[in-house]
Amino acid sequence: METRAEDTILEEPEHFFKEFWDYFKKNRGAVAGLFLILFFSIVALLAAFIAPKDPSILHSSALRLPPIWSGGTSDFLFGTDDVGRDILSRLIHGSQISMTIGFFVVLISMSFGTFLGLVSGYYGGWIDRLIMRGVDILMAFPSILLAIVVVSVMGPGIKNAIVAVAIVAIPSFTRIVRASVLAEKQKQYVQASKTFGASSFRIMFSQILPNCMAPLIVQATLGFSDGILNAAALGFLGLGAQPPTAEWGTMLADARPFIESSPWMVTLPGICILVVVLGFNLFGDGLRDALDPRLKK
Amino acid sequence: MPTLVGISLLAFFLVRLVPGDPVMLKLGERGADPVIYAEMKKNMGLDQPIIKQYFIFIKKAISGDLGESHVSSRKVTEEFFDRFPATMELGIAAMIFAILFGVPFGIIAAVKRNSFFDYFLMGGSLLGYSMPIFWWGLVLILVFSVQLGLTPVSGRMSVMFDIDAWSGFLLIDTLQPEVLREEGLAAFWSALRHLILPSIAMGTIPLAVMARMTRSSMLEVLGEDYIRTAKAKGLPYSKIVILHAFRNALIPIITIIGLMFGSILTGAILTETIFSWPGIGKWLVASINARDYPVIQGGVLFIATMVVIVNASVDFIYAYINPKMRT
Repeated sequence: METRAEDTILEEPEHFFKEFWDYFKKNRGAVAGLFLILFFSIVALLAAFIAPKDPSILHSSALRLPPIWSGGTSDFLFGTDDVGRDILSRLIHGSQISMTIGFFVVLISMSFGTFLGLVSGYYGGWIDRLIMRGVDILMAFPSILLAIVVVSVMGPGIKNAIVAVAIVAIPSFTRIVRASVLAEKQKQYVQASKTFGASSFRIMFSQILPNCMAPLIVQATLGFSDGILNAAALGFLGLGAQPPTAEWGTMLADARPFIESSPWMVTLPGICILVVVLGFNLFGDGLRDALDPRLKK
Repeated sequence: MPTLVGISLLAFFLVRLVPGDPVMLKLGERGADPVIYAEMKKNMGLDQPIIKQYFIFIKKAISGDLGESHVSSRKVTEEFFDRFPATMELGIAAMIFAILFGVPFGIIAAVKRNSFFDYFLMGGSLLGYSMPIFWWGLVLILVFSVQLGLTPVSGRMSVMFDIDAWSGFLLIDTLQPEVLREEGLAAFWSALRHLILPSIAMGTIPLAVMARMTRSSMLEVLGEDYIRTAKAKGLPYSKIVILHAFRNALIPIITIIGLMFGSILTGAILTETIFSWPGIGKWLVASINARDYPVIQGGVLFIATMVVIVNASVDFIYAYINPKMRT
């Protein structure tokens, strides 16, 4: 009897990450998503070392060479494009661009979105009304249309595409953070901090924000996939990364005229976009299930 | 209402920030003569202070006048309504495609929860949800048009046919009596065949959303007590699923359909560009490239206003069919 009582006292609560991982690893799709993300991250980081060729060198003797599985040579595993650039190397370098775009889109939209959501939810009143009105206005525009208009104001290019896509993504972060703040604000620990004289700023950022992290992390993951997708769409429309940059959307736009004669130029970059986006969506779904206590049984 | 004012402000000023001088673009080579330039600028209303331009724009917009396109010199509203039916036809076809497949997929996945079917359908829908539609459209063209030769590559209808636009919906216009007398059903089939690939491309993401939404909505309902009661009464399971569960799972599904209006318009921009579909999306992209101020601000204002109105009516309908939501 005595030992048993001691056991229960000594037994540590399960560590948060262990508990999280136990739920997460049961979801095979989510684990697959994690591996896809890791794979593309590693490829992106090591692009300069693993790419077999320079992505912008023109091999004039090998124009529109098919990939190895449809009659190409082992020299160009994924074939070459219309000016004789090695597609595999371009795809590898493209992962670097897409992952970077995704990262900065999330960084920018999450920073602004979280700040606005915190302020809006915490202060309420006219500040809340003003910010939420702005969010409503942004959300009334179809996302890609707004991004197109913003890019045409600032001029095409990767940096401007990142800013445009990030602006479009701000409202979702603001809404999610605001909703969590409204729920947390009522709790006693916030009241207690106030009684102790903590500043509003301190309460918002070091008390409330950590408790809003779960939905924020999920949204960040999904924001990554939206960011990559929208930036590739801008690249495809000729408003994102400019040729000869090896960006997947831009590669698709270049390949369009050759769809009949050289279909691999169209299929391969698209598959890359699809797989990366799928990876982030799988991972995000798994995170949501693992972090949402209501779904745990 | 304040949202609409905000939208108009954003549409107006964002467009003014687009670099490039519309007067020069319109005049082209002749722009060198300063007298003609000044006169042109005055005609286009661009010599006024910008705040005044905004109020003129709003005043006219309220009376239904969004100005004239700098490029074609036609009224923006006219141009808009010329192209709107094409986008609507495509959008409706895409939604029908999404509902026709998405809802049954969701029901099957929910009923066969955690089975192979469930994983297969939900995996597939996540794949569809992640789809870059500008690429998906190209792949569909590659497979069905280039390799199988089953469907046309672009446009709304074969140029052989000259159809009077009555409703603007080609599937309806080609069934007018006089068209049927002249062409038979050939024009209708042509329009239908042109519609297939773009609506699949545009409907894929809504299909995926619909399947996931239907599944979770069905799962929630299938866990309710009255389903167990129905089972206990010995009703056949198929009847329970269709009559009892699906009817109650419909409410969130209908809401999603309404809220998809905005994403349909997003899809239209990319889909129309790929398939050369003469709708609103392609028109706006072309206008942005041509710095056609009145068209961009008018078109953007139109679209955003429609999204706001549709979303508000969805909220309203939702409150009507679901008494729990009334406050």
